[in-house]
Parts: sequence; C-alpha cells; structure tokens
Amino acid sequence: MSATVIPYDVKPHPLTGMYNGKFGIWLFLASEIMLFGALFSTYVLLRVGAPEGTWPIAGSPTTRGDNILQVPLAALNTAFLITSSVTMVLAWANLKMGSFKKGQQFLLVTVLLAGAFLVVKYFEYNSKLHHYAVTFNEHFDRDGVESKSFKGLTQAGTEKTIHYLWGHVEETKKDADGAIQSYLFMPDHDTSHGGEGHEPKAVEIHPAEIARMTTFGPGGSSFLGCYFVITGLHGLHIVGGIVVMLWFLLTGSKMWKTQPDKYANRIECTGLYWHFVDLVWIFLFPVLYLL
Amino acid sequence: MSDHSHELPFWKKYIFSVDHKVIGIQYTVTALLFLAFGFGLMLVMRYQLAYPNQPLPGVFASVLSEPVVGEVTVNEATGETGKVLTGDGYNAFGAMHGTIMVFLAIVPLAVGGFGNFVLPLQCGAPDMAFPRLNMASYWTYLCGGILMLFGFFVKGGAANSGWTSYPPLSLIATTGQTIWLLGMVILITSSLLGSVNFIVTAVQLRVQGLSFFRLPFFVWAQLVTSFLLLLAFPPLEAAGLLQLMDRVAGTSFFDPGGLIISGVERNSAGGGSPLLWQHLFWFLAHPEVYVLILPGLGIIAEVIANNTRKPLWGYKSLVYSAIFLGFMSFIVWAHHMYLTGMGTTLSTFFQATTMIISVPSVIILTCLVISLWGARIRFNTPMLFALSFLPMFAIGGLTGLPLGLTASDIHLHDTYYVIGHFHYVVAPGTIFAMFAGVYYWYPKASGRMMNEWLGRIHWFGSFVFINAVFMPFFFLGMAGVLRRQFDQTETLHGAAVQGLTVMATWGAIGLALAQIPFVINFFWSMFAGQRVGANPWKATTLEWTAPSPPPHGNFDAVPVVARGPYEYSVPGESEDFSMQATA
Ligand code: HEM
Ligand SMILES: [Cu+2]
Repeated sequence: MSATVIPYDVKPHPLTGMYNGKFGIWLFLASEIMLFGALFSTYVLLRVGAPEGTWPIAGSPTTRGDNILQVPLAALNTAFLITSSVTMVLAWANLKMGSFKKGQQFLLVTVLLAGAFLVVKYFEYNSKLHHYAVTFNEHFDRDGVESKSFKGLTQAGTEKTIHYLWGHVEETKKDADGAIQSYLFMPDHDTSHGGEGHEPKAVEIHPAEIARMTTFGPGGSSFLGCYFVITGLHGLHIVGGIVVMLWFLLTGSKMWKTQPDKYANRIECTGLYWHFVDLVWIFLFPVLYLL
Repeated sequence: MSDHSHELPFWKKYIFSVDHKVIGIQYTVTALLFLAFGFGLMLVMRYQLAYPNQPLPGVFASVLSEPVVGEVTVNEATGETGKVLTGDGYNAFGAMHGTIMVFLAIVPLAVGGFGNFVLPLQCGAPDMAFPRLNMASYWTYLCGGILMLFGFFVKGGAANSGWTSYPPLSLIATTGQTIWLLGMVILITSSLLGSVNFIVTAVQLRVQGLSFFRLPFFVWAQLVTSFLLLLAFPPLEAAGLLQLMDRVAGTSFFDPGGLIISGVERNSAGGGSPLLWQHLFWFLAHPEVYVLILPGLGIIAEVIANNTRKPLWGYKSLVYSAIFLGFMSFIVWAHHMYLTGMGTTLSTFFQATTMIISVPSVIILTCLVISLWGARIRFNTPMLFALSFLPMFAIGGLTGLPLGLTASDIHLHDTYYVIGHFHYVVAPGTIFAMFAGVYYWYPKASGRMMNEWLGRIHWFGSFVFINAVFMPFFFLGMAGVLRRQFDQTETLHGAAVQGLTVMATWGAIGLALAQIPFVINFFWSMFAGQRVGANPWKATTLEWTAPSPPPHGNFDAVPVVARGPYEYSVPGESEDFSMQATA
C-alpha cells in the first residue's frame, strides 16, 4: 500500500541480531513478565497476610488445597502445553527448511493442543462454579448430616470456629414471591456424616442457618480469586495465541508465495509468545495446585 | 516517494493513516482537546473553592445537570434559583481532572504526539518500525478516552474516588468507577503498543552514522520514557483488573472484609489488602511522573541548544542522568505511602532512594542552565517557554525534597503543598515544554511559522497567571489546608487563608483567557503563517533535513550522519550550525 520501506523488517539488525518484529516481541514479553509478576506478587502478599488456617494448602486436613483444585487435570494440561511448545518449534523449523506443508501441519497440531487445554480448563472451571461452600452460623446437625468445623483466626487475631459443609445444591425451593425457602443440599462424600464409605444423602438447609454461601468461583476466597484471575488471564493468552495461529493457518499460503522469510519470521514470533504462555503455566501449576 | 501520497484517498491519508507524522498530529490535537476539557473541569471546581456554595456563573450552569449540580434558591424574595456544584459532582470532577490530565492529555501529548512526530525524523527513519501498530495505538487511545468520558453519563456520574482510586472507597463507588477501570485497561494497552514501537524504532531504525551518542537528547528522553511505560504500566493493568474483579466478580483482593456500608455488611470473603492497591498503583505512578517530565526535558534541550547557538553543556551527563533516573524511578514508589504505617526500616530505604533520585534531576537541570552561560540567546517564543520552564521545574523539584523525608512529609502529606509541588513540575513545567515544542516544530509539521507576537502574548499571560494559580498552593498547604476538600472555609484554619484560594481561582481564569491567543495562532497560522523551507530555525538535527512538511517516507534521500546532534558555532565553519546529515 505504501511506498515506505522499513529497514530491518526481515533481515536482522547488526547490533541487536534481531529483525524488528522479534525485538518487538521480546519487549512485549518483558511487559508481560511485569503483568504476571504483579499478579504473582499479589498472590504472595495475600497468602502471607492470610490469617492462619484460612489459606488452602495441599494435604492440609482443614483447608484442603488439593481437594479444591484437580491436580490430575492440571497435570494433563501441563502435558498438552509442553507438547504444543514442541510442535510450535517444529512448525517454525519446517518453514525455515522450506517445507510449507509440514510447517502448517505442525501449526495445526499446536492449535489442537491449545484447544484441548481450554476444554480441560472449561471442565475445571465449570465444576468449581457448581460446587458450594456453606458456612453455618452454628454447629449444624440434621437428618444424619453434620457440619464439619475447624478453628481459624480472624484478621483481628481472635480465634473463631468455622462450621461448614461442602457440596452441591440439588434444588432451590422458592415461595410464591420468589424468596428462597430452602436448599436441598447434597454434601460431598467426605464431609457428610459418617465419612468415607457411607452413602451421602441430601439435606434441607434454610437461609436463616447460613452465615455465608458461595460457590468455589472467584468470590469464594482470596485463594480462589487469585486462582481464577491468574488462570483466567492465562487462558485469555491461550485464546489470543489460537486466534493468531488460526489466522496464519488460513492466510499463510499467500504470504509464503511472495515472502517466505517473512512468513517464517512471523511464526517464529508467534512461537516466542507461545513459549512464554507455556512458561507462565509452568509457574502457575506448582504455585496454585501444589504448594 | 512523494508521488505515492497523492494516490491515497483522503480517509487513508488523514484519518486511518499509518504515517507517523499524521498519527503524531492526531495525538497532539486529541490530547490538546483533552487538556482543555480537563482544565474546564478544574475551572468549575475552582469556582466552588473560591466561592463555596454560590451559584455557578451562566456558562457552567447551562451545560451541567444532576447529579453534578443541585438547584438552590438564590433570592428568597423573588424565588430566583441557581445551580451549585454538589459534593459528589466535585469528587467526580476532581477524579476525572486528574485522570484526564495525566493519562489522556500530558502523556499522549508528550509521547504520542511529539514522540511520534519527531522521534522517527530525528533517527532518520522513513516511519515507525511498525506503522500499523502505531495506528492501532492511536485508535485504542481514542477509544479508551471516549469510554472514560462516557463515565459522566452513567448512573451516579463519573469515577469519584480520586485519580488514585484507593480501595476500599473505590470498591463501593458508583458504576463510573467500573468504566474508569475499563478505560484504564484500554489506555494501558495503547501505551504498551506505543512504547514497543518507540524502542524498536530508536534502536533499529537509526540511519547510518547515527550512533547512540549522536542521538539528540530528545530521542534519549523518549527511549527512557518508553521503557518506563513498558515496564511500569503492566502492574497497574494487573491492579486495574483485580479491582475490576472486586467490583464485578465478587472477589476481595482489596477488601479486608467486614466493611459496613449504610449499615449493611458488604458480602465478600474478605482477606484482601487495601495497601496492596497502593503498592501496585504507585509502582506505576512514580515512574509515571518521569514519563510526564522526561519528554518535556527532551524538548527543552532541543530548544535551548538551538537558541543558544551552542552545543548543550554536558550532553553525556544528560544521557546518563536520564538512564539512571529511569532506573531509580522503580524503587522510590513507597515515598507516597509514608503515612500508611510502614516501619522505619522500610521508610529509611525509600527516603534514601528518593534523595538519590533527585541527584540526576538536578544534574539535568544544571546542564541546561549552564548551557545558557555566555550564549547570545535568541528570544523567540519557543525559547521564552523553555527559559521559563527552568525555574518552574526547579521550584517543582526542590519542593519535592521535603516530601521525600518522613519528618516533614507527616505535616505536608495530603495537603495543598503536595498539589503545588507536582503542579509546578507538570504545569509550568511539562505543559510549558509542550508549548515550546508546538511553537518549535509547527513549521516542520505545516510548512508555516506561527505568529511571533501572538506567541509572546501567549507566553507572557501564561507565565504570569500560572504562577498566580500554583504559588498560593504552597502556602495553603503549609497552613494545613487539605487536598480533595470541597469547602475549606468550614475549618477555621482554612477560612483564615481563603484569600489565597480566591487568588488561585482568578489566576486560573486569567490562565484560561491567556490561551486565546494560542488558539487563534494555531488555526490562523495554518493558512496565513509565513511559509518556510526545510530549516527555518537553522537547526542541526535530522528532522530539519527533511522537507517541511515531510512527505510520506520523510526524506528525499536516505540521510547519512557525520556528526553529533548539537554542533553549533563550530570554529572554522561558514555557518553557525553544522547539520548532522552530510549534504
Ligand atoms: C525531583 C525530585 C522529586 C521528589 C523528591 C519528589 C517527591 C515526591 C513525594 C515524596 C511525593 C508524595 C507526597 C505526599 O503524598 O505526601 C510526591 C508527589 C507527587 N509528585 Fe513528586 N517528586 C519529585 C519529582 C516529581 C516529578 C518530576 C513529577 C512529574 C510530574 C512529580 C509528580 C508528582 C505527583 C503527580 C505527585 C502527587 C501524587 C498524588 O496524587 O498523591 N514529582 N513527590
Ligand atoms: Cu513519587
């Protein structure tokens, strides 16, 4: 469209050893590090400041970090992303060696793996948004279902016993005006009275008995807030990557015919971004799921 | 190259242009409009401050409506009514004044406007490294700006928790705050696109012979600025996102829990930290103040070198100082938070870094002042603005030192003294630099000079009135008058110094009037200004080698650089300026 020729658009600059696009992507990634860095700092600060016993920790009997998140699913996702990083490199390497068809194929595999990641993430999110934590005003015991409890500290440092049940809402009963009368609540296997091995059964709970009732969504706790915001933003980055890769899959052949070098460069830049997105996950996985 | 520009249809050439010069002008004009708007908000507030709860004069009363203003009876006998600014209106105007001035006026003007127009030219580049990204950055900025303004029309009015948006207040504020957060996220995206482009351009697109130490100081200033934008803005984006989640998704990042609002406890898990917001905010906002001032210093350096007809004194010190300043600006942020109960160890650290960062600022100012020594100065309009910039910036900077030490900040924090301090840096400081830049590069952009006499009237009026506005602030602050206060006469110590507030208000009105010659000059000169060639100021840097206005692609032939940026009055040369480009 324009007659202006920008220097070092394709060829590397002698000083930096990079063409413009690659340099630009590195700078962009530097800013991304600051973005995720701030979110990780938030995580650290909130965790350090959390009153004892309130932050979910893997293996802890009271706050049950490993039960909130599904580690096997996340491990599967880790495998997806690491593999996709490999296929991404293969896409670029094949383009560099002049094989357009193979390059595009690997790019497609990368997109599919990224898609698989999102599907798994969807199931993870979905289960959390339908899983409830009910905190009772006082000890709850009805029809053989008893609340569990743990001793926590309030922010002010005073000791406080929390009575709670985790489970699913089977049915919400409302009166004629739409006001909630009661919930038919099915406690999780291991929080229902009788513990492991006994058939859990649903129980009726009235709003007046409830101190707070939330899903395991972002508002559930500081930990879940961090979990949703950080993985959500990471997920958006995955979506962005997919959009860009699909764009190259659909329009790549046109540019390949006239400027193969430039096309390979674009895939290289996409790859740099993609590796970064993977790397963020490699940090996320242990920090959120395992520690 | 130039024949190509004829082929482009109007909308591609002037509206959706990828040419850095057109984009630079778009930024400049948009930012100047926001500047005027932000100033207008402040005029309404100043009226309320000087004449508390008196009906607003006709111009304002006719355009403002609920909930910004409320009806009062002026004359019991006749039943005559008038409109006064409400407390809510005052808060919204104040928050939006700060936001608009910082994020929509000064930064886009200094970086988007001047940076875009001048930086590629001074590098000898045909355009920015990524022209389409450049266009995207402008349109993202405009969208963010329009969204911000849209906040005025939602229920409850625009954001009203201050430009700093401290929680927990901002968490429970009206919808305007949500709009503010969305607007900020968009604006930050725009500035990220811009900063990547600037850095790549300045590093990769320098023409042959233009080594780093032959770059004009303006380019250096923009380069450091871009790094600050690139690395300091993302944490605020993260913070904005978190606050947005707190407001719309029920999280509690900044909500400690147990907040009682109108007798009802806010439903949240709690466990958040309001101080976390302050840390994330100031981690951006302190580097941001250098984003506000560095491009201005860059412009002043160019104008001073050109009008003293001498090389800048201590060019390398300027460059190293700017880099050091950029680095240090990341580790002083908590000097805005001394009164949050931080321990003495931490505050000692931040006091030390704050004192250290003032050293490079002083070096820069000193170099610029010494550059004047023994020069035969040309007193044209850009130079008048540049010369008055120097003492104004000095006042602004020196008054920052007492704020950087806890012993004195305990007294001064959150008073009008702080307002005086940073306005001296940004208003008679940065804004004067921006005016100097407009007068200086206008002939390059348009091919015509601005009128000199209108320019001088503009400068004189601005210089007198801007001091009338801001000087009283120091005395108000030392008398204990707090910032963000709706009516100081409600306190005894405030009522005692009300006269100073009235003076500042009349200064602001005078300042508004003093801009009339500028507006006339800006438009009149477009058509009737004296036509000039490529180098009307007899300057040395590369932009003056290109034709005025430069065509698409900038230079008739790719320039080759043989010298440093400020080779004025070189002994033995026939002219008193030796241009960077070899003929
Ligand atoms: C030269 C050295 C400087 C020092 C030592 C300094 C110090 C400080 C300190 C300690 C504060 C916090 C005061 C308080 O809240 O109690 C402050 C506020 C501020 N400064 Fe500076 N400053 C300097 C230069 C600048 C520059 C160059 C700018 C650029 C525009 C600037 C803009 C601001 C702004 C906008 C605020 C107010 C922030 C708010 O809304 O609370 N300062 N300064
Ligand atoms: Cu600061």
